[in-house]
Amino acid sequence: MTTTPQALLEFRDIRKSFDATQAVAGVSLEIARGQFVALVGASGSGKSTLLKTVNRLVEPTSGTVRFDREDVESLPLAALRRRIGYVFQSVGLFPHMTVAENIAIGPRLTGEKLAGSRIAELLDLVDLDRALAERMPDELSGGQRQRVGVARALASEPRLLLMDEPFGALDPVTRDALGERVHTLHADLALTTVMVTHDMAEALLLADRVLVMDGGEIVADETPHSLLEGAGGEIAQGLVAVPRAQADRLAELAR
Amino acid sequence: MSGIWGALLELGDKLAAHILLSAAAIALGIAVALPLAIWASRSPPVARATLGFASLVQTIPALALLALFFPILLSLRAVFGEGLPTLGFLPALLALSLYALLPILRNAVTAQANLDPGVIEAADGVGMTFWQRLRLVEAPLSAPYIMAGIRTAAVWTIGAATLSTTIGQPSLGDPIFAGLQTQNWVLVLAGCIASAGLALIADALLGTIERGLAKRQRALTFGGLGAVALGILAALIFHFGGNDDDRIVIGAKGFSEQYILARLIGQRLEAAGYTVDYRDGLGSAVAHRAVSSGAIDVLVDYTGTIWTNQMKRADNPDRDTMLAEIVEWETRTSGTHVLGRLGFENAYGIAMTRAKAAAGRFETIADLAARGQNMTIGGDPEFFERPEWIAVRDTYGLRFAARRNFSPTFMYNALQSGEADAIGAYTSDGRIEADDLVFLKDPQGAFPNYDAIVLIAPETGKDEGLVEALKPLIGSIGVEAMRAANLSVDREENKLSFDEAARRLAEGAGK
Repeated sequence: MTTTPQALLEFRDIRKSFDATQAVAGVSLEIARGQFVALVGASGSGKSTLLKTVNRLVEPTSGTVRFDREDVESLPLAALRRRIGYVFQSVGLFPHMTVAENIAIGPRLTGEKLAGSRIAELLDLVDLDRALAERMPDELSGGQRQRVGVARALASEPRLLLMDEPFGALDPVTRDALGERVHTLHADLALTTVMVTHDMAEALLLADRVLVMDGGEIVADETPHSLLEGAGGEIAQGLVAVPRAQADRLAELAR
Repeated sequence: MSGIWGALLELGDKLAAHILLSAAAIALGIAVALPLAIWASRSPPVARATLGFASLVQTIPALALLALFFPILLSLRAVFGEGLPTLGFLPALLALSLYALLPILRNAVTAQANLDPGVIEAADGVGMTFWQRLRLVEAPLSAPYIMAGIRTAAVWTIGAATLSTTIGQPSLGDPIFAGLQTQNWVLVLAGCIASAGLALIADALLGTIERGLAKRQRALTFGGLGAVALGILAALIFHFGGNDDDRIVIGAKGFSEQYILARLIGQRLEAAGYTVDYRDGLGSAVAHRAVSSGAIDVLVDYTGTIWTNQMKRADNPDRDTMLAEIVEWETRTSGTHVLGRLGFENAYGIAMTRAKAAAGRFETIADLAARGQNMTIGGDPEFFERPEWIAVRDTYGLRFAARRNFSPTFMYNALQSGEADAIGAYTSDGRIEADDLVFLKDPQGAFPNYDAIVLIAPETGKDEGLVEALKPLIGSIGVEAMRAANLSVDREENKLSFDEAARRLAEGAGK
């Protein structure tokens, strides 16, 4: 495989075993700058494990990951992670810090103090009231918390955003709104985004490239449009069939 | 009630010592437990090993743990030199710290284990280093739980610290042990109230800090911390405020006569301008070692005790020869100064009630050996282990149906109630006359002499003023006077304090 100059992320033959089970079974892949990639698959397909090899929350058994042409193994761990925004399902806001302190934590680790105006700006970006800055996390709703999680991930101005089931625990209305918000931010901030989800509808609506994983391998690599056209093979089409059938039934009901 | 108030008011220096000992032990416990907990949180085998060890320590009775540090420190002198203290603050500190370890360690490990995994993932995800994660996330989130552990440790430590009296560390245990010795329940109660009160206050203050940490209210946290710091500071000022270096420490073993004689010596030294302090309730072997090593300055000991227990001699010369050899031995081995005899003898002897002795026609120990096989013999906790008893037992071929240990005070009650038929009693004891007891004759001379002598620590013995102040005591106290003084603190009615008994003894004695 040849490296294209635009590739921000490059996976080369990534394998990861946990004891007897192989979670990732040899994945090679390039992700270009500016892409919004969705990693879709059933539980246990290896999508989260693959994602976490990028910021080394998971160390692969073999293979290399290059971020901006550098092997992630060769970068200091803390420095690598500070260059990558990370959002995940359980959010993980620090319960003993205010919203503002949570958002400012990344810059604080390098001795940088985030200005109040920048925190307000980040709250604006995720559609949160600026007055929430001094609240504690346990005073917020689930949706508000994940918005803070996104703001925290963006605080260090990363070029890469990793999201692991980011909207999995949210109600459908919040989920849809936050998804749209992230989609807009991706474009406005010129981010490269990799999102793990088990929801094909979410993947089709937000991403411009959908990777389907099964049994630790990538079984489809298509645009949403070509997936809807029937490309990608049996497993991918099985996943696409679910939202399509729901849409058809809803259309039936409305008639 | 007024007696208790009076007793409580006199406990200031014991309270200060108790606070400092407990605070130091808890601080050392924290200093050891927290790094261990961090290590344990990263390694399950370490967690199992450290928690297992701390739990094991907890199963050792506190009194035994304190006592065990004496031989441990003694053997460590091979490494750290002769200057290593084996009695007093150091062994008490070490034993109590070990005791404080478990609750702090267990709470810290549990707190770490129960941290929300999402929060830890977030800490790693934003790029925290090991130390940043510990300082910014794990420590603040674990703090309330760790504080709860420290609180438990504090209550345990303050309670167990009363036992450090037995290894020569002043504490609120001093009045408890002294009171138990003489059935002076006012003293016992005063010691209990003071230590329980201290535990309750510590619990409340640490509880305030814990609440402050849990609710993230800095005012509560720092208010509680400030109050604890103030308490420790006050104890420090009280404890070290006096001119400590000039303080003369007078030791006393755990029975009434020793408490009275210590006060008698203390009053004379105070009159001569010295500041004195008392180290009460020491074990016999502990006391002699304490004076010869300079841990205490002055001690009244008994010739026969030193002869058999410290010098390991089995022969039994006349009293002048024995004293001369003791003086020579003390000078040679440690440089301990033998000031001289006080005048009376406090021998061990075998005593019975006059009625029982007459009924069984027991006059000598040989009679007891011949017809006492079905009887029960009582003694103080040391008695049956002492070489004197073994010598007497073997000389006369003594055999009894049962033998029982009592604290010296309860031993006499046991004789009255018939729980013991004969006891190893002290000849200077006031209860001999009061209880109408007789000593069996010792025709073979198996018990050695027990002349009371004044020992002065090697360095202190060079203080001529001190030696001059104590010299008038030599030869001034007869056995009758000593018995009367002992009885005045041991009797049920109209008990005198040790200080008062000492004053009256001084009036009748050398002046």
